Amino acid sequence: MSLVARHLEANGLPTVIVGSARDVVEHCGAPRFLFTDFPLGNPCGHPWRKDMQREVVGAALRLLETATGPRSTVISPFAWKEDPGWRERYGRVDPAERERLIAIGEERRRMKAEEKKARSKANPG
Amino acid sequence: MAGNEEEVRYIERTRDYYRAMGYTKDYVWSAYAEVPFARLAKPLREARIGLVTTAHPPDKSNRDAKGIRHVWSGPVDPLPVLNTDNLAWDRVSTHTEDRESFMPIEAVQGWARDGLIGGLTPRFHGVPTEHSQRKTIEIDAPEILKRLREDGADAVLLSAL
Repeated sequence: MSLVARHLEANGLPTVIVGSARDVVEHCGAPRFLFTDFPLGNPCGHPWRKDMQREVVGAALRLLETATGPRSTVISPFAWKEDPGWRERYGRVDPAERERLIAIGEERRRMKAEEKKARSKANPG
Repeated sequence: MAGNEEEVRYIERTRDYYRAMGYTKDYVWSAYAEVPFARLAKPLREARIGLVTTAHPPDKSNRDAKGIRHVWSGPVDPLPVLNTDNLAWDRVSTHTEDRESFMPIEAVQGWARDGLIGGLTPRFHGVPTEHSQRKTIEIDAPEILKRLREDGADAVLLSAL
């Protein structure tokens, strides 16, 4: 999404990204970013919480006008429910799962190789 | 403040996960020293806002016969149903049953009614999340720009799951 924002901005269209992966967005370099420190999936607020969603989106829209230069990040003031454990859980490699993960990886690589073969067959040269 | 816990470092966590699946080459995330910046050409209260999502149409019609995903668009009225099946989000801690939690059409409409912004464009746009940064930069981003210009957008809110 940061790459799209950069392209729009380079062509004169102001943008604001609303997202929850701060390191990814800031690593790329975005013009304006409203950061919500929530699990991936709900950057605009808790599901069904219209009051919170309104505030998050309002802050993002205001940033369109108030930012004075690129890499403007504003942090949403809301915390994720009462469960801080989500940060530790997401995408962690469980040592007990190593064999299963290797098997998934092997299957993915096999599928990818097959797709590639099918494509080169369909478009020789 | 959003708690005292340390923010998740997704780049590091994704790298470790892929290594655990046996991948030997780490994904190289985009990084730029220079960041473009455009100022709003008119007051926010007069600006027409375009919306961009990473979600898919429910019928996956943004895929062609070869399975390649393309930029897609839909009207904001009636409110759309969006699909998030093939995206990376936290399925353990949350859900995406409330579209407004990741694609805030009604919230933006509310701010238009209250006069913070001038309005919304009649369409929203969907951009595929691609492994290939080249495809995003050379094909998808220019297509999104073209469609936003057709819609008369003055500024854009992009919401990534």
